[in-house]
Amino acid sequence: MNVLPRMHPDNLTDVDRRLIAAIQHGLPLVSHPYAELGRQCGLNEGEVINRLAALLADGTIKRLGVVVRHRELGYRANAMVVWDIDDARVSELGHCIGRFDFVTLCYRRPRRLPAWPYNLFCMIHGQDRDAVLERVRQIEQHCGLADVPHEVLFSRRRFKQRGAIYAPAPSGMSQ
Amino acid sequence: MDAIDRAIINALQDGFPICARPYAAAAEQLGITEDDLLQRLAALREQNTITRFGPLFHAERLGGALSLVAMRIPAQDFDRVAAQVNAHVEVAHNYERTHEFNMWFVLATETEQQLQDTLRAIEAETGYPVYNMPKLEEYYLNLRFAV
Repeated sequence: MNVLPRMHPDNLTDVDRRLIAAIQHGLPLVSHPYAELGRQCGLNEGEVINRLAALLADGTIKRLGVVVRHRELGYRANAMVVWDIDDARVSELGHCIGRFDFVTLCYRRPRRLPAWPYNLFCMIHGQDRDAVLERVRQIEQHCGLADVPHEVLFSRRRFKQRGAIYAPAPSGMSQ
Repeated sequence: MDAIDRAIINALQDGFPICARPYAAAAEQLGITEDDLLQRLAALREQNTITRFGPLFHAERLGGALSLVAMRIPAQDFDRVAAQVNAHVEVAHNYERTHEFNMWFVLATETEQQLQDTLRAIEAETGYPVYNMPKLEEYYLNLRFAV
């Protein structure tokens, strides 16, 4: 889900754009990775460290860390679980669901009536489908959702998983 | 993958030091050497357990448009429609799911207009309606996996 629109954002400085273009493919596995990144975008190590800290502080980068392949780590089942929740309570229940450590994402999205009545979406991963369903039951019990209409949409096939795409690099670094 | 590899993955999904020698700083927290950490990370990447050290961007803050889109495709048409949808570079990922709404993909474009144009193109090409469901509010986003 680490996806970026293909764009040339106007709200960043030139320096930040070059830095984001350089870092999107990952931090080099060397002793001084920020110096190495700096070489790729014309900054020194101190400048890279300062700009990255600023981008993290203002939330442009939400997190810098290792990106895992969840299937390879044994999370073989994933489900999008959707609920049809009274609009007045969706925020409260979204936060309740988001507190479970096996929930990776919880968003409110628009209903598409009459075909699609669900307005709260969350992703749950587990070792297998039974484990995911058990986790849905835990959420229902804890957040008082037993009588709320919901559906569990397991993934069957994944067709395409593109990493971040970001296009300002003059050297054609975009994927 | 041993206990130290698991500790590395659990610790470094949450964040990574920003200093001159971040691997050395992270290694110290984990009780191993910088060289050991770098070698283990390279091995985990070789095994495809991790993809990279990467940033998770705040897409909206960078501008651009992002949305989740659903389609209802009869089984006999599914592969044809999937190929048509996946051919668009704006489609970031696409999952077949166990539901009448069986195709779910994420669109990422530079502008909202491009997103709408892509949706109309997909409808015209496939002959099926798209259901655009952009995020209205975010309650939680972590994408962290304990091992």
